[in-house]
Amino acid sequence: MLSKRRRIRGDADIPSGSMADVVFLLLIFFLVTTTMNKDKGLGLVLPPPGEAKEIPKKNICNVLVNASGNVLIDDQAMSIRGVYKEIKKRITENPNLIVSVKASEDTEYNYFIQVLDQIKKTGCDKISIANYEK
Amino acid sequence: MKIRKKSSAKETIPSGSMADIVFLLLIFFMVSTVFKKYQGLKVRLPATEISEKVPTKRNIAHIYADRAFNISIDDKLVDPYAVHSVVRQKLVDNPRLIFSLKIDEKLQYGNVNILIEEMRKGNGLRVNFATRRKRKS
Repeated sequence: MLSKRRRIRGDADIPSGSMADVVFLLLIFFLVTTTMNKDKGLGLVLPPPGEAKEIPKKNICNVLVNASGNVLIDDQAMSIRGVYKEIKKRITENPNLIVSVKASEDTEYNYFIQVLDQIKKTGCDKISIANYEK
Repeated sequence: MKIRKKSSAKETIPSGSMADIVFLLLIFFMVSTVFKKYQGLKVRLPATEISEKVPTKRNIAHIYADRAFNISIDDKLVDPYAVHSVVRQKLVDNPRLIFSLKIDEKLQYGNVNILIEEMRKGNGLRVNFATRRKRKS
């Protein structure tokens, strides 16, 4: 004998009451794990290896840094703080100026970056890092 | 004299749109999250007055050099004179890579120069010297 099956007529709903909780949980997870873009520094594009261009001497400004943090700009000695003024002056005189930074072997990296910072502050974007002279 | 009528407006913050706000925040953090992959070496970065943001967040490789001139790329110690091969390999995998050089402020420039020459040799020309912000005195 066939018995008629009764269809269960339950409502097929996904309970949405706890959705807010789930979303909050995800939100807090991402809040905690996010690391924002913290990488900051001085950007520079290095010249490709083996490339040596002849540059007219008047367009080059040699900046030498020694181990005690003193700077020599074209045979003119000064402290790191004086670099900004000097380079700014030279750039306004000659906008095509290329600043070539050289440091001696035992100079601290910090001094080198300080000088680079001063040069970048002038808005100069033609910076070359030269090999140190032995 | 007039007696002021008390306003009968209810003082409740509407909470109906809270879910929308939470969703918005959620999506923002989901999109902007980048998980930290590498730990690196212990370095003290030099402080500078200007600092540019690295234009990318995902195409970046960190190269650490501490004051004893240990070099670490992706948490692997690399010989200073083998950096160029690692750099070249990384650029093959992702040509848009920018290298963030995290160099200790006390490292001697002679060693920094070795690293820069290795970067050039490996064709890793887009570099960024990582610094920290100098406190205004």
